[in-house]
Amino acid sequence: MNNQELLSETEWKFDDTSKIPFWAYTNKGIYEKELKNIFYKKHWCYVGLEAEIPEPGDFKRTVIGERSVIMVRNEQGEIHVVENICAHRGMRFCRKKHGNAQSFVCPYHQWNYTLEGDLQGVPFRRGVKQDGQVKGGMPKDFKPKEHGLTQLKVAQRGGVVFASFDHDVESFEDFLGPEMLHYFDRMFNGRKLKVLGYNKQRIPGNWKLMMENIKDPYHPGLLHTWFVTFGLWRADNRSELKMDEHYRHAAMISTRGSGGKNEQTTNVSSFKEEMQLNDPRFLDVQPEEWWDGPTAVMMTVFPSVILQQQVNSVSTRHIQPNGNGSFDFVWTHFGYEDDTPELTERRLRQANLFGPAGFVSADDGEVIEFSQEGFEAKKDYQTLVELGGRDIEHTDHMVSETLIRGMYDYWRKQMGV
Amino acid sequence: MTTELYLKLTQFYQDYAASIDLEEWDSWFNMFTDDCIYKIQSRENYDRDLPMAALSLEGKGMLKDRIYGVTETIFHDPYMQKHVVSAPRVISSSEDFIDAQANYSVFRTKNDGIAEVFNVGRYVDRFVIDGDSLLLQSRVCVFDNDMILNSLIYPI
Ligand code: FES
Ligand SMILES: [Fe+2]
Repeated sequence: MNNQELLSETEWKFDDTSKIPFWAYTNKGIYEKELKNIFYKKHWCYVGLEAEIPEPGDFKRTVIGERSVIMVRNEQGEIHVVENICAHRGMRFCRKKHGNAQSFVCPYHQWNYTLEGDLQGVPFRRGVKQDGQVKGGMPKDFKPKEHGLTQLKVAQRGGVVFASFDHDVESFEDFLGPEMLHYFDRMFNGRKLKVLGYNKQRIPGNWKLMMENIKDPYHPGLLHTWFVTFGLWRADNRSELKMDEHYRHAAMISTRGSGGKNEQTTNVSSFKEEMQLNDPRFLDVQPEEWWDGPTAVMMTVFPSVILQQQVNSVSTRHIQPNGNGSFDFVWTHFGYEDDTPELTERRLRQANLFGPAGFVSADDGEVIEFSQEGFEAKKDYQTLVELGGRDIEHTDHMVSETLIRGMYDYWRKQMGV
Repeated sequence: MTTELYLKLTQFYQDYAASIDLEEWDSWFNMFTDDCIYKIQSRENYDRDLPMAALSLEGKGMLKDRIYGVTETIFHDPYMQKHVVSAPRVISSSEDFIDAQANYSVFRTKNDGIAEVFNVGRYVDRFVIDGDSLLLQSRVCVFDNDMILNSLIYPI
């Protein structure tokens, strides 16, 4: 496809972002531009939790956009993030998902890097001695300093690690903005985190659909029959929708009602008053002090991660795109160092609602797949995002698509469309 | 272990697979003890002793609740499953218990689709010998796939 075609196919024909063209999800040129302008520039992307690499030398391999990176703790205990591409001939040298190392060695020609990514060893750099002569080797002006691994800028807060390829990126605190920072700090308030494990799924849909899903308070009470059946979701729950000043990040904040029958829930055909769980421990909630009111806060940190608190279940959900029509979704469930064994049990039991097999979250992966099917088949069509009007604003209710309109307002500026 | 008991164990593995493939959910959860454990867990979590699992059910009540979710509440693309289960490998056995394992592959076929490999792993089991019959006290389905293909709905 030439540039002219690309441009004409990706023209924003609407007045605002209350309609979103399908090409935003299907166009490969747009996707490449998203990687370049958003994932690799001007944004902090999630890489992991400090608790995943507690000891010096511990590393974890992960990705930012489509680029493989390694989060590692050095001898001094500092966290560094380097790109998993050898400076010699470009090999993705690190194959383990996690481990402990004293240095990074690329197997192809044994180039050796420090944990910070500096090149420290090149075999045969000074050639071989043969018949009293030095033969081969690197040129005299070869400077190891210039051939390290690509080193990323790192931000740590509350035990969470973000990184950026862009060393001119604003501070992490400015990136989140004060309002979002408040909810971030609520969940990551300095207590050490305890990793409970991972759930991973490959979802055949555009990565933005997952961001939209967590900016869409319209669907939970309708799609997630399980929530409604067992009284966990009600349209009259106290709730708020908030964004940062650029509308890129958002929080859906809600406080659970008492459950049972009322006018709002009976509007939903699936509500069954009589339904009881055989084992109510799935929903056996223990209020925690740090909640400070809300029972659920779902935060989208654009573009790479969702921070989940749903009663006692807390996790990060990392978005790892691979093409315009697919992404890997990696859930890291955790708890806090001072959790009692009973509270850990609760977090684990409630995790049955989430992830690829979750009573609730399984629905989300499925609708994303089928949305993408619709987009691919009818590329010049558009989605409609008019619930709650066409403006972008904070609300104190859940019957609005304002957060999605906000995200696309920001996205258009980053993409120049 | 007697040949007769080993044959019974082998038959159990095949009956289990058939009950899931045929969606005979009553016979599925009746193959477990009341205080059973049933997990579907990635090998990554299992090998690293991390407790998180894709599904982690304790007791028959939770198994029933899962079936209610599968059949009544979870929105998902309909699909069929076919399990191919290896001969069981007995790890140890006593008068009351058998610890055994078997490899499995699950093929998924969606409406309009063709069969694809959905989940490959190993059952890590503890059976209770209950008079003439066997019951699962614990089954952990430890799967090799790093990624679940979107959603995992039915038991394995
Ligand atoms: S490609 Fe890594 S050492 Fe040659
Ligand atoms: Fe959802």
